[in-house]
Amino acid sequence: MNESSRRMQRVLREITTGSALVPVFAILLAMIVGAVMIAATNVDVQETSGYFFSRPGDCLLAIWQAVSGAYTSLFQGAIYNFDAGNFTDGIRPLTDTLTNATPLIAGGLGVALAFRVGLFNIGGQGQMLIAASVAGWIGFSFNLPPVVHLLVALLGGLAGGAVWGGLVGILKARTGAHEVIVTIMLNYVAFYLVSWMLRTPGLLQAPGSSNPQSPPEAANAILPKIFGPGYSTHFGLVFALLATAVVWWILVRSGLGFQFRAVGFNPRAARVAGINVSRMYVYALLISASLLGLAGVSQVLGTVNTGFTSTIDAGLGFDAITVALLGRSTPIGTLLAALLFGAFRAGGYSMQAVNQVPIEIVLVVQSLIVLFIAAPPLVRSIFRLPDPRRIRDQGLRLRRTKKAGVSA
Amino acid sequence: MKLELREITKRFGALVANDRISLAVEPGEIHALLGENGAGKSTLMNVLYGLYASDSGEILLDGVPQRFTGPGDAMAAGIGMVHQHFMLVPCFTVAENVMLGHEATRFGGFLNLDAARDKVREIADRFGFDLDPDALVEDLPVGVQQRVEIIKALSRDAKVLVFDEPTAVLTPQETDELMGIMRQLRDSGAAIVFITHKLREVREVADRITVIRLGKVVGEASPTATNAELASLMVGRAVELIVHKNPPRLGEVGLAVSELTVIDHHGTHVVKNVSFEVRRGEILAIAGVQGNGQTELTEALLGLQKHVRGSIRLDGVEVSGQSVRHLLDAGVGFVPEDRNEDGLVGDFSVAENLMLDRAHGEPFVKAGSVQQRKLMEFARSKVAEFDVRTQGIDEHVKFLSGGNQQKVVIARELSRELRLLVAAQPTRGVDVGSVEFIHEQIVAARDAGVPVVVVSTELDEVSALADRIMVMYGGHIVGIVPGATSRSDLGLMMAGERMTEGAAA
Amino acid sequence: MSVVTSRASDPVVTIGGETANPVSRKVPIVFTAVTVIAVLAAISARSGDTAFRFTRSSADPTQLPEMHLPVCPTLWVIAVLLAVGTLFAWRRLLVRRKVPMWLVAVYGTLAVIGFLVWAGVGHAIPLVGLLGGALSLAVPLVYGALAGVIGERVGVVNIAIEAQLLSGAFTAAIVSSVTKQPLLALPAAMVTGMLVGMVLAAFSLKYLVDQVIVGVVLNVLVIGLTSFLYSQVLVPHADQLNTPVRLDALPIPLLSDIPVIGPVFFRQTIVVYLMYVAVAVVAAGLFRTRWGLRLRAVGEHPKAADTVGIKVISTRLWNVALAGAIAGLGGTFFTIGSGIAFNKQMTAGMGYIALAAVIFGKWHPIKATLAALLFGFASNLQNTLSVIGSPVPSEFMLMLPYVVTILAVAGLVGKSRAPAASGKPYVKG
Repeated sequence: MNESSRRMQRVLREITTGSALVPVFAILLAMIVGAVMIAATNVDVQETSGYFFSRPGDCLLAIWQAVSGAYTSLFQGAIYNFDAGNFTDGIRPLTDTLTNATPLIAGGLGVALAFRVGLFNIGGQGQMLIAASVAGWIGFSFNLPPVVHLLVALLGGLAGGAVWGGLVGILKARTGAHEVIVTIMLNYVAFYLVSWMLRTPGLLQAPGSSNPQSPPEAANAILPKIFGPGYSTHFGLVFALLATAVVWWILVRSGLGFQFRAVGFNPRAARVAGINVSRMYVYALLISASLLGLAGVSQVLGTVNTGFTSTIDAGLGFDAITVALLGRSTPIGTLLAALLFGAFRAGGYSMQAVNQVPIEIVLVVQSLIVLFIAAPPLVRSIFRLPDPRRIRDQGLRLRRTKKAGVSA
Repeated sequence: MKLELREITKRFGALVANDRISLAVEPGEIHALLGENGAGKSTLMNVLYGLYASDSGEILLDGVPQRFTGPGDAMAAGIGMVHQHFMLVPCFTVAENVMLGHEATRFGGFLNLDAARDKVREIADRFGFDLDPDALVEDLPVGVQQRVEIIKALSRDAKVLVFDEPTAVLTPQETDELMGIMRQLRDSGAAIVFITHKLREVREVADRITVIRLGKVVGEASPTATNAELASLMVGRAVELIVHKNPPRLGEVGLAVSELTVIDHHGTHVVKNVSFEVRRGEILAIAGVQGNGQTELTEALLGLQKHVRGSIRLDGVEVSGQSVRHLLDAGVGFVPEDRNEDGLVGDFSVAENLMLDRAHGEPFVKAGSVQQRKLMEFARSKVAEFDVRTQGIDEHVKFLSGGNQQKVVIARELSRELRLLVAAQPTRGVDVGSVEFIHEQIVAARDAGVPVVVVSTELDEVSALADRIMVMYGGHIVGIVPGATSRSDLGLMMAGERMTEGAAA
Repeated sequence: MSVVTSRASDPVVTIGGETANPVSRKVPIVFTAVTVIAVLAAISARSGDTAFRFTRSSADPTQLPEMHLPVCPTLWVIAVLLAVGTLFAWRRLLVRRKVPMWLVAVYGTLAVIGFLVWAGVGHAIPLVGLLGGALSLAVPLVYGALAGVIGERVGVVNIAIEAQLLSGAFTAAIVSSVTKQPLLALPAAMVTGMLVGMVLAAFSLKYLVDQVIVGVVLNVLVIGLTSFLYSQVLVPHADQLNTPVRLDALPIPLLSDIPVIGPVFFRQTIVVYLMYVAVAVVAAGLFRTRWGLRLRAVGEHPKAADTVGIKVISTRLWNVALAGAIAGLGGTFFTIGSGIAFNKQMTAGMGYIALAAVIFGKWHPIKATLAALLFGFASNLQNTLSVIGSPVPSEFMLMLPYVVTILAVAGLVGKSRAPAASGKPYVKG
């Protein structure tokens, strides 16, 4: 039997045993919980449930209307708006999804890459803030020719993010400081640092203003819109897709990625094999943080280019973690997960506007998806899927018993 | 109290770790359970101790069937265990460790530490131990920690005591003292189960011997049985490990170590001022009880130890203080002691593991890219050459058997141009078939003119492979003797006795 | 690596491996730096007075006069005292002795007083308000830190403190608004905090999901849930559901009349008094009781605990639940403790500062409490200074806890060791 046919078998086995279905069911389950929340807090549902036993139909109808209304808005806000009449307007939601997905792709890749090296980069917020500040500052305070200005600002932003993340890598490599704690703390340090700069004249504050906000970006530094001025999608998407390809190459094909993965799976063995583990941590955090930096740059030069505040990160640093987890830390998976969560974000706004369902429901659905994905046995037991381990892992179990029990 | 195990069967998936094992231990008796690594001894004891549930069979104490759902039940029934890996909380005091799980308390759940201290002192006095109840366990030497384990079991009035490979970490003197303690316990009426794979100890202390192999009882023996009889029962074949090798054709000095000292992260000097040489085409085997500095010495040879003084020369070039990467590139092949922790990435494929220590450049990485086709070809040829039994080169290495995993490590290390091969415990946890193959490969490397350092705690392996034997004790070299040195002499040296003659260093 | 060849000929005489315990130089170095800063401050100080006010209002039973300190002389005195302390610290280093804890405390206090004098030129610093406010701000931090300490000590990293605080604040607001009984809100908040803890425990113990992941995701989930319910339910029904009745301050007779200390510590709400109790109980419990011994054993060496019959998983489950309840109680501070209606994300990262206090406090309940108090002080100092107009940007004061924690985990502020099995799932066998 050759390798490719075995690989096919493995894929087939994953589908039949339900491994491949877990993400699908996780999303479904989270959407159901979301539906329950929408229905439970809906005014009509509350009213009709008062007389549920005399006329249950009213209540059921109200539930149906609340949920289907909200999820229709979600769809129409994220994919295609059938009410728009013509295609050019109808397709606009999809481009909004792409816009929302752009920083999630970049940020998700950053978190995913770090995961593969065994590092937990929770510092997305800080890295995005620093990157956005550097890129934004270059963007509004210089006057450079087209393209050049954009590229300089972009690279400056990536470097800013990388410095903020590299700091974590160096601390971990030198002192063994745990990256989870350091990145969390650096988020706040970055937040206060940027807040201070934004309210200090001569640093990032817009001249003549008393608001903690920067001036708008120069035209040459702004990421152009891909589909024309009518649509929000900007060139950040292209960079994000490019980043996906690069990260894929690094992780799957490159020697560096090989060393990354070796360190991620078994740092001790990697060290014995001559891999400089500390250096890999630093490299990984540099790359990871510059990807989160790309997310920050895409925000400040693409999505919000009229001047930024200290909330420019828009919680994307944490969303990036959920994206990476849903995407199982693979580049392609992360891309797909980012598109899904981008759609949730875009649709969430229209759900809020049309159906008065608060946008935070998206956070709830998103985090539930991740929780369910992280615990496949839970999803399996809810949907009564077979346990693939029972079929596959006899070899593993053999090894485990050797290690644990039969050592005499 | 009399302990009886009847027809205990324990399966892990397809593996039958215990196959209808029966065993009876009378009070006032030391019953040795003898078997090779992996024979199923510890599994049986974990069943007895309630850590595993058996699939069938029963446990009886004084004829009464027991049902243990956890160690708590077993302890309450009077079974105590001295674990191979001590079950002590390092940052707790002796008294706290002893009282844990059955704490004497005062009003409001406050610990009655005085009662625990008294208990420790009382039991320690009974056996003539000198032990401070308020000492932190992490500060105590290994031998003393084991006594804490024993006191812990006795403080619960254990009538049945299980010693699980208790001598693995002890020096010969400590071993003798332990034997004395076991006899004393027996004489006070305890039923003792002594798990080991060391023949000498069994013959010295056991009243009855049960031998198990591959999960089954293969026979009983009395302590008067000869080593050869016991060994053939245990292994199921002639015990002598015979490696066919020609007399060495010695070349230049390949590895020269002088005045090497290794300091571990606690600041302890674990290798003390060690000097030796290995010529090309020669196997130097380092013998010694586990934990006498051998591990750290081999790690220092690969640059894995941080604090090292002295000199290591490879073909005359000073390499101490160099990085692991540099040393691998300089031609050091390294088979680590614990392959799962240090030698392999379990979630990597066989092919990926074969390139693990060459991930930084040629021949497998060009222009930053892994050369997939080249790697696949290489992996296929190595799998064939080293007879690695695997479903394919993309199989995750964690699904392979121990012997095949070790073959992957050996194949990787021997496929480079070597100027030194260091193999630590090369056949630990490896099936008998693979042992022979691995030994052949090591001898082949030596015959190809590579200086070889083998570390083993098994004297059989040392004698089979070595051209010269270096014995370590307490971080020092006790002596360097010819490969044909008798086992009894080696045994004395491993206990720290310097040989006055035959020091052929 | 530098020692490799240079000292190859050293005779090695240590046998048991005893090497002299290196005494840390960090304290003297930090002292020196602080002294230098103090001298610079004294040189560059603006002239004028800084006043310290010891009473909050004229209604206080004991009235103390304001103390006016001339800035320049005071700073010089302090600088000299600091220099003496620094010399003493270096001397201790020379004789290889540790700098005693009390000296560090006195030194720190002096440095802070110096800072207040320097920053408050021409103003009156309300000492009671400063300290009392610091204590108030520290309340959720202390509860959160206790929750963190219990979690980590039993082997479960509790990143979800933020979620537990927030859910406690949310529940307390609703229960207090509906029942008009703020006391009833306390157990209710504990129950929701406990639920969050149990979700954390279930996912990390039963499904073996990485504890940090569960914690982070739970924080997002609870922020999402409470914000959703806030917008959807609390805002439209603010009168019934989000007008929490405030907990009254209960002055303790006699104690509350002590100048400065009385109003700061003993004219507080029941949440604060419960905090004193909780700190004492957890500290005593962890180190002196059966509960604590077993809890720590499970966090340090779960297998050893298992082999003496302690149920590892259920010990972890119940203690993480307990930790959740404690953090939930801390959450009540935000709403009924302060008399503020619930608002989205009103805990504003306090859970993460509590986590910082756990680490800075080296996983010890008392030290973590002190760390929480220090962080509370830093943040209230910032409030006070921003009122009187401080020369230091407030953002830098707010940054302090986080920077200090980074220095702590980087090993620059003393060595600390986390419980050995913290964050590691326990699989039997």
